[in-house]
Amino acid sequence: MKFFKNKLLQMILRRIIQSVIVLLFVTLLVFLVMQAVPGDPIINFLGEAATPEQIAYFTALFGFDQPVLVQYFRWITGLFQGEMGRSVTFQMQISDIIFERLGTTLLLVIPAFIISVVFGVAFGVIAALRRGKFLDSAVTFFANVGMAMPNFWMGILGIYIFALTLGVLPVQGFVSPTQDLGESIHRLIMPVIITASGPLAVFTRQTRSAMLEVVRQDYVRTAEAKGLDSRNIIIKHQLRNALIPIVTVMGVMLGAMIGTTVLIESIFVIPGIGSLMITAIRSSDYLVIQNGVLLLAVAVCVCNLAVDILYGVIDPRIRDAK
Amino acid sequence: MTSKLLEIKDLSVEYKTEEATVYAVNGLDISLDYGQALGLVGETGAGKTTSALSIMKLLPAGVGRVTSGSIFLDGVDVLGSSKKKIGEMRGNTVSMVFQDPMTSLNPVMTVGDQILEVLKIHKNLSKSELSKAVDDMMEMVGIPSYRKKEYPHQFSGGMKQRIVIAIALVCEPKLILADEPTTALDVTIQAQMLALIADLKKRLNTAMILITHDLGVVAQVCEKVAVMYAGEIVESGTAENIFSGRYRHPYTAGLFGAIPKLDEETRRLETIDGLMPDPTEKVEGCRFAMRCKYAEDDCINTAQTMVEAEPGHFIRCAKVG
Repeated sequence: MKFFKNKLLQMILRRIIQSVIVLLFVTLLVFLVMQAVPGDPIINFLGEAATPEQIAYFTALFGFDQPVLVQYFRWITGLFQGEMGRSVTFQMQISDIIFERLGTTLLLVIPAFIISVVFGVAFGVIAALRRGKFLDSAVTFFANVGMAMPNFWMGILGIYIFALTLGVLPVQGFVSPTQDLGESIHRLIMPVIITASGPLAVFTRQTRSAMLEVVRQDYVRTAEAKGLDSRNIIIKHQLRNALIPIVTVMGVMLGAMIGTTVLIESIFVIPGIGSLMITAIRSSDYLVIQNGVLLLAVAVCVCNLAVDILYGVIDPRIRDAK
Repeated sequence: MTSKLLEIKDLSVEYKTEEATVYAVNGLDISLDYGQALGLVGETGAGKTTSALSIMKLLPAGVGRVTSGSIFLDGVDVLGSSKKKIGEMRGNTVSMVFQDPMTSLNPVMTVGDQILEVLKIHKNLSKSELSKAVDDMMEMVGIPSYRKKEYPHQFSGGMKQRIVIAIALVCEPKLILADEPTTALDVTIQAQMLALIADLKKRLNTAMILITHDLGVVAQVCEKVAVMYAGEIVESGTAENIFSGRYRHPYTAGLFGAIPKLDEETRRLETIDGLMPDPTEKVEGCRFAMRCKYAEDDCINTAQTMVEAEPGHFIRCAKVG
């Protein structure tokens, strides 16, 4: 066990170093792209009526008159000191806005992720056990629908049915759970379910095929020969082995979900990181964009690391190979 | 009920797929006393494994089906028993050692837990008793018990088969079905494994059906031998009957001819010409007739019955006696 822990620590450390290198490349890339894209946050902020003197004053104030490399290094060194810079549009410290917005997005993504994993795995197991039967066909059909239907379309449909026609759920909007927990949940129900639907379909299909893969394995027959009941055979022997490919997809999907809530946040008017990015892009507030992209990249790296650690927990062979 | 441990009568098993129906076992009779070892010999596809799986009711669901016959194990009607009853028997009254130790252990579970699992279902023991039973069993099959926290991939093939044997024996079943337990192993390990099986069988007084296509293996371990061909038994008797009896089924004779002898200079081993009959077709007469050098027209057309050539030595051939 101690041996395993040391190996695990080594692996995590190695992955963190790798991630830092990846993230540095991300910063460089996003910075250069932002420099190349036309648009000036100062002009956007001050508006048409601004005098050249005013523009020059604010440009110098934000340091945008400095050489490109200097700006880049100021950003990076700032990051290491916990400073993301100041947003022109919001006239606030970016770190203050961005983490609050990230929190809101996670309030949407994490419940959606949990729902999609729990139900996706459960549906997949059921479909695999009832292979070829009606239940399997039904689950597979809905999984295909879930994967094929874009979530913004589902959002519009959901608003039409549940908010406008039935009137059981609000059309849009967000209330912080610290302010009013009940109302917060009430407003999050629809966006969470719609965010969950795509990944849920993916997990269902992945689990189904992974379960079918292991069902004819010799060790499953050994388990049957031991006299185990089917519940134990499914959970202890089949699912534990089927989890490895499922976990891979989980990592990818969680990373993707944080990035793709943009549309859901727009439709339901939720002040998450996605809608922040849209505002920032509209006003060419590139410091905000840069930091937002970096944050998403960090989220993806963390998900990948989590997947790798989970692999080791699930599969002792991988644990030893590392 | 009789005092027999296992009584199989007229067992027939089919595999039904979309393309064809395979008649895997046709009218099989086996009886076995407590503590007795039977060697079930025959080439690949003769229906040996299918017979064993039937005893445990482990035929692949939806495909394999028992079409006739009865199986009584320790006085219990296996084919007529409920799922729950079968669950209680599996691993406890009867257990199975599978052919390939590389794939028959769960790769993500410690070997200790895999042994423990069987005990937990069938025996009502305290935690410390369970743990001690696992340790004892591991030592008995020759693996130090401190390795119980390890996973299958950390063991060699022979060691894995020892674990599989430990799983099969830990509840001290009355019958073990060993399905080619040494085929997947190295020759040197094969000998070790056979010695281990023979020793454990003696110590625990367990009955056994040893499935193999290796007559040498049978000679080492078994008191009784049954030779299977194309889903039926063509010869049965004591090991002595089979190995040095006066009569032999032509198929058994062919099997013996295919064993190299060290004391003779043989350039080529004798082979049995031809193949087993297509298992998707029902055969009227003797199943071996097409490959038999003694066959006459009658053999091909009429079904053969078992003839008692010597007391206790049965041969399914018209030419005997």
